[in-house]
Amino acid sequence: MRHIISVLVENKFGVLSRVSGLFSGRGFNIESISVGPTLDPAVSQMTIVTSGDDRIIEQINKQLNKLIDVIKVTDFTDVEYICRETVLIKIHTKKEDRAEALRICDIFRARIVDSTPTTYTIEITGDDKKIDAIINLLRPLGIKELVRTGKIAMAREEQKTA
Amino acid sequence: MKLSGAEILIESLKKEGVDTIFGYPGGVVLNIFDKLYDEKSINLILPRHEQGAVHMADGYSRATGKVGVALVTSGPGATNTVTGIATAYMDSIPMVVITGQVPTMLIGNDAFQEADIVGITRPCTKYNYLVKDVKDLAYTIKEAFHIARSGRPGPVLIDIPKDVSVHKADFKYPEAITIRSYNPNYTGNKWQIQKAAEALAKSKKPVIYAGGGVLLSDAASELKELAEFTQSPVAMTLMGLGGFPGNDPLALGMLGMHGTYHTNMAVHNSDLIIAIGARFDDRVTGRVDAFSPGAKIIHIDIDPTSIRKNIHVDIPIVGDVKTVLKSLNALLKAKFKEDWKELHKDWLKQIAAWNKEHPMAYNKGEAIKPQQVMETIYKLTKGDCIITTEVGQNQMWAAQFFKYHYPRTFLSSGGLGTMGYGFPAAIGAQAAYPNKLVFDIAGDGSIQMNIQELATAVLYKLPVKVVILNNAYLGMVRQWQELFFQERYSASFLDDCPDFVKVAEAYGAVGLRAVKPSEVEPVLKEAIKVKKPVMMDFKIDKFEKVYPMVPAGGAINEMLLGDPIVAEKPKQTARRKK
Repeated sequence: MRHIISVLVENKFGVLSRVSGLFSGRGFNIESISVGPTLDPAVSQMTIVTSGDDRIIEQINKQLNKLIDVIKVTDFTDVEYICRETVLIKIHTKKEDRAEALRICDIFRARIVDSTPTTYTIEITGDDKKIDAIINLLRPLGIKELVRTGKIAMAREEQKTA
Repeated sequence: MKLSGAEILIESLKKEGVDTIFGYPGGVVLNIFDKLYDEKSINLILPRHEQGAVHMADGYSRATGKVGVALVTSGPGATNTVTGIATAYMDSIPMVVITGQVPTMLIGNDAFQEADIVGITRPCTKYNYLVKDVKDLAYTIKEAFHIARSGRPGPVLIDIPKDVSVHKADFKYPEAITIRSYNPNYTGNKWQIQKAAEALAKSKKPVIYAGGGVLLSDAASELKELAEFTQSPVAMTLMGLGGFPGNDPLALGMLGMHGTYHTNMAVHNSDLIIAIGARFDDRVTGRVDAFSPGAKIIHIDIDPTSIRKNIHVDIPIVGDVKTVLKSLNALLKAKFKEDWKELHKDWLKQIAAWNKEHPMAYNKGEAIKPQQVMETIYKLTKGDCIITTEVGQNQMWAAQFFKYHYPRTFLSSGGLGTMGYGFPAAIGAQAAYPNKLVFDIAGDGSIQMNIQELATAVLYKLPVKVVILNNAYLGMVRQWQELFFQERYSASFLDDCPDFVKVAEAYGAVGLRAVKPSEVEPVLKEAIKVKKPVMMDFKIDKFEKVYPMVPAGGAINEMLLGDPIVAEKPKQTARRKK
């Protein structure tokens, strides 16, 4: 099963390598990993998408916690969360396809961030479903290049019922 | 007052109570060695190979419980430490390894003798550092020692560039430190301990499974208290030997692949396993899904990752073994008024019957049997000595045919299984205890992996006794080839061994040899008498095997037991020739 794990780490050199080395050394799978600083510049936030059975996920959580530089590990599986990823997609556009491409972008609220006579570069942000859907629609037009940021996630604030 | 990096390093080591360093010099650590030259309170031991230095620091640490310290130069000096560091990491041995590094401005330029040792050792250290500013040095050393010895101990590496050892900074050694992301849990959850006590009181067939954590946590007396109070038998892992007196009526032997018959049978048929500072290693469990099928499992360990890594645990207790056992013992004594003796009487009787069925024994013959050598050492020392081992058959015979009564008297590379460990580890232990009797139980293969350390033993007058169980084979490899590879002895025959007696003499040590069983005791007596390093060459039966043996992938009750034991007349065992 797929899990999204958020890891707060000390912002020191080598930390990313310690985390990624842990995954490769123990044969855990990383689907995506994204890293960036938090409000506190001494602390970074990693979002790791991984998969495995319960035993493996338990080990991943424990092994991450065991790393000296790891401050906190949160597995989003059992909580409500928001997950987003941004993708840049460069597509070939023949003259007759350009209008179709624009329509697709419009439907998905994607933006065209670069345009040449033969290509569009599209920026789209969303969850898995949305991104898979736009890719499927754009594929027949001819995708030239595609870059993904990896997922980031945040827990939803608990809804307080009145 | 401003001190140079080299001076800060040495002052910091003194603050940490370091009295012995195993160090090998080189270009970028010359400033540090220059300061050591005048330092009277630190004993510097020069090995003949950096791997030796690290194993010595490891042996020193295992024998004393203190943090072992090794100091080497950059590049090849640093990479030579990797096997030693990985050995210590697998067995959770507290150690600080200091490596020199090329000057900071050259790092990354493929400078002469540059190696990214921090990158290389990341997966085999508990933590490691590259110190880029002399101002961070004292704090880093404080932190390194703290991390090495706290929680689940382990090796920590500090990489110090040459310019950092020269630059000056104010020296003030931190009194205490806190690391916000590192707070090992020592106490153990109260309710889990309660559950464990209840499970113990319900159990009819308990087995305590004690590992190296008992020794690391200095919990031998707490373990004894638990075993005696609840009348529970104690099985030990290779790393746990010495954690419980080997001649105690409740002592089983080692469990696992080469565990004793009654121990493995007890573990397999138990209804409650109490794992203490052990990690359900594959050499212990055999086939995991067949491991002790009817047992509930209590697991006490300071490292949460050890719990449920290999096996399902019913009652996990994360905490320091000593602290948890103290709480558990107190609770049991206060609240549980069971008649423990009565409760476990039948179980202990059953285990004794298993032991009678297949006791640890061997057939005597014309050639020396390795078991006889171990038994004779025991007879002569009564267990009052330190035994280190290499890896392979020698290690298993040393574990099986000697009773370890005291903590920190059996030093062996359990996790990594490093050939070449035993001899330098013995030198490290001897450096810590110059007056103790220290034996390295070696094979003719593994002794040659670090034989150069004879020079170190001789130079520093460390009277280590090396016992070579010489069968002219890589014995354990040969055993597997005989049993599982149709006797095809590929690359395991070492007929061209050097004359070990002459080698010893060439280094200035004493060389002794025994070829007949009757010579074993006189040779050992002579070795013990001589106050010098001694290397003994015991020409043993080439085809003797380690039994019992659980074939790889088998359950631990499925043991090969070897040839039937002939009780009365000694008989020549069948020999195969190739």
